[in-house]
Amino acid sequence: MSPLLETDGESLLTALRSLLADKNLVSETEIAEARAATDAASPGQGARMVAKAWTDPAYRALMLADGRKAAEALGIPMLGAPPLGVLENTADIHNLIVCTLCSCYPRAVLGYPPFWYKSPAHRARAVRDPRGLLAEWGTVLGEGVRVRVVDSTADYRWMVLPLRPAGTDGWDEGRLASMVREGDMIGVTSPTVREPY
Amino acid sequence: MSAFAPGAAVRVRDDWPETRGPCHIRTPHYVRGMEGRVIRRLGVFANPEDLAFARPAAQRALYHVAFDQPSIWREGKVGDEIFVEIFEHWLEPA
Amino acid sequence: MDKDVPRAHHDMGGVSRFMCDPVEPEPHTLTDFDRDVDALRQVLARKRMMTVDELRRGIESIPEEDYLRLSYYRRWIRSITDNLLRRGVVTEAELAAALKDAR
Repeated sequence: MSPLLETDGESLLTALRSLLADKNLVSETEIAEARAATDAASPGQGARMVAKAWTDPAYRALMLADGRKAAEALGIPMLGAPPLGVLENTADIHNLIVCTLCSCYPRAVLGYPPFWYKSPAHRARAVRDPRGLLAEWGTVLGEGVRVRVVDSTADYRWMVLPLRPAGTDGWDEGRLASMVREGDMIGVTSPTVREPY
Repeated sequence: MSAFAPGAAVRVRDDWPETRGPCHIRTPHYVRGMEGRVIRRLGVFANPEDLAFARPAAQRALYHVAFDQPSIWREGKVGDEIFVEIFEHWLEPA
Repeated sequence: MDKDVPRAHHDMGGVSRFMCDPVEPEPHTLTDFDRDVDALRQVLARKRMMTVDELRRGIESIPEEDYLRLSYYRRWIRSITDNLLRRGVVTEAELAAALKDAR
């Protein structure tokens, strides 16, 4: 392993960009475009999928069967993205997503993974003490609800289809989507109707 | 390697390539040697263990396998489970 | 109790040392450096110059102390550099010269 690897990150990045550009391998434009595309992704995309699944049973079925197709159906760019698995929370099961080995995250639909998801706290605790972890997030599970921890170890990326909370009858998709947060789609939290509205 | 059907009882090989030199393994330490139940076959993908070293990589079947969470850690709540994506070459019939 | 097995240090599930780390829910703003490293990796993957598997392997090979100390994207750029050197996309001499120029 080269001792050059110990150089600070900013210097390595600058040097590589310059070398790759000089060699016509990677241009600044390409980097800027990739950055813009990732910046455009956000949890709001996943929230739209959730809201539609809550109101449209056919879409719900599609989302659970083929997450990637469901995302594309809402115009979310998925070209080159890994397969997307969606797991639904039910009255009996609460899903919690983690990547204990690194930080695999459903980026194409949710955007950049949050700091907490990539932390040793989440990576270590989720599989061994999921209920303690959830409690620390303020998430209280109903009596008899089992926890399913999903460790993203290979080619799939996983997200949670949370339970639609009570008190949302008659809400349109936009209003429903606005209440779904990033953590709800990873399973550390559950959507709730927040007062006042 | 023959396929595993949904519901099949499987065991993760109790193997530690980490002791034999540089490697890249996507089977977490905490399931090695443990028994689980196949949920479903997720598809076929190139073996990451070879891709990681820019070597030619064979296509391998990937399974979603359920493990009883408290059994793995000797702590936890009955009924809780962990789903892990595991490649076929790490699985044997239990 | 940790399992008494030859676990690699990135293989963090259930590891005792981190079990008391608190949840830190506050979002961390990504810097330009972070976003550019992320973007560079994507472009390299798209052009088949480095796979995500190679990225992971490179990160895992960072010694444990550095692995825990370095920020997420600093681990990435170190791995990216390692992989581009391994593949011969850039040479050590070229990199050393480019680093010198950047000063």
